[in-house]
Amino acid sequence: MKCERCSQRPATVHLTQVINNKKTEMSVCEYCASELQQEAWGFDPQFNLHHFLGSLMGHEYNPQVETIEENTCPKCGISHNRFAKVGLLGCSDCYDTFKAQVIPLVKRIHGTAQHTGKVPQRTGGRAKINKEIKVLRDQLQDAVQREEFESAAKLRDQIKSLEQELS
Amino acid sequence: MGLKDAINNIHGRWMNGDGPENDIVISSRIRIARNLRDMPFPNQMSQAEADSIFHAVHLAVSKDELKREFSAMELVKMSELSPVERRILMEKHLISPDLLKSYERKAVVLGNDEIISVMLNEEDHLRMQCLMPGLQLQGAWERINKLDDVLENTLDFAFSEQLGYLTACPTNVGTGLRASVMVHLPGLIMMNQINQVINAVSKLGLTVRGLYGEGTEAAGNLFQVSNQVTLGLTEEEIISKLTSVVKQLIDQERLARQTLYREQKHRLEDRIFRAYGTLKNARLLTSDEAMKYISDVRLGIDLNILEGLSGEVMTELIVMTRPAYLIKQNQKEMNSQERDIMRAEIVRSKLN
Ligand SMILES: [Zn+2]
Ligand SMILES: [Zn+2]
Repeated sequence: MKCERCSQRPATVHLTQVINNKKTEMSVCEYCASELQQEAWGFDPQFNLHHFLGSLMGHEYNPQVETIEENTCPKCGISHNRFAKVGLLGCSDCYDTFKAQVIPLVKRIHGTAQHTGKVPQRTGGRAKINKEIKVLRDQLQDAVQREEFESAAKLRDQIKSLEQELS
Repeated sequence: MGLKDAINNIHGRWMNGDGPENDIVISSRIRIARNLRDMPFPNQMSQAEADSIFHAVHLAVSKDELKREFSAMELVKMSELSPVERRILMEKHLISPDLLKSYERKAVVLGNDEIISVMLNEEDHLRMQCLMPGLQLQGAWERINKLDDVLENTLDFAFSEQLGYLTACPTNVGTGLRASVMVHLPGLIMMNQINQVINAVSKLGLTVRGLYGEGTEAAGNLFQVSNQVTLGLTEEEIISKLTSVVKQLIDQERLARQTLYREQKHRLEDRIFRAYGTLKNARLLTSDEAMKYISDVRLGIDLNILEGLSGEVMTELIVMTRPAYLIKQNQKEMNSQERDIMRAEIVRSKLN
């Protein structure tokens, strides 16, 4: 019997992988067994987005879509169909190219499609200013609650000037 | 030299026994994914593009600003290493198994302290990780956050206001952050409470992974807990949520251990001393057996049933009994029985 993971070497090890109490049993070669052990130890598995897509998006990610019209990314040249097969986008522009499919997918995976975390300092642009405004607004709320009206006024001014930068 | 040390010295900084909550938490890991703007993701890149990533990152890590914050960092291409050296870096968890495939396009940046490593051209252009002993997610995040700031002074990262940092796989988009903690939960397993606990944790948007060998117990009774989503939460929110869940796990595991010790002291002591006896005397040890007994002995150390031993030694043994390290010690390939003999020898010499 061939290894269920690489289909190259003979399967010699029987492994059960448990993710959130869901068991997956597999017969794998020694090499794959040791790789799976590494993954369990610290690194993320190579997430099988293809299976995920299949189970989530149904016909939308069915490779038969291919025959209709191939939407390809002008920058890296990958097709939406290839993305659906491999589960990896080809470049950062793909997010824009395949927006119509990727945004709903992102919502399914993360429950939202709006980033609220870190913004790069140098190239963050508007996102950076928005983030600063958000932080200042939180501080403002605190200041008002503590009845520190002087600092609240200062914060309000800062927010206003940042908002002007945006418009 | 940072790199030769990493390969020749099996002890990694993350194995130190001085981390917080180290009776239950082995290690904490933070990794973030970043990609350079205007460059195809690794799955679509040519060798020339891969080389240009090496070049850009090499320049970025050579900056004085970085040297001030982090001890010297060295970029090593995977193609400069022997196959065994590559595997040892993997077994020490400084690089992922993916870096061993199509390795001509891959590289790693390692710091002298071996806490931080940056994988180049894995699934994303940069995957920066910080691995620390015990429960120190916040500390690990602070290091990585700083490294990200410094690198961002030189490198243009792909970022969108709506989706955050853009990654090859949409499952990592946003913060690009995966925080994970390796926990040792023999008590919950022996008390048959593990499934219940895992169910509860997975309902909180976290993932618990365990790997079972031939037997019914997870290899080494080790579980990895990590965040599931990377978008819609701030980095701090992700980390504080995971930290608080792990703290609850710690409480439950401690309670289970106390109950076991109180109600089944002799059975527990017997199991631990048998494991210790086996490790000290066995002439053949399979990888699964080694993991199982190492876990028992570790529990004995943490419960003060076994004295004069350190948990650190047990973590080292987990890495020392893996195949690549054995091959490195032996200087040649071995069949599985030869490996079992060598594994038993290494364990005996470490414990006697
Ligand atoms: Zn295989
Ligand atoms: Zn593209």
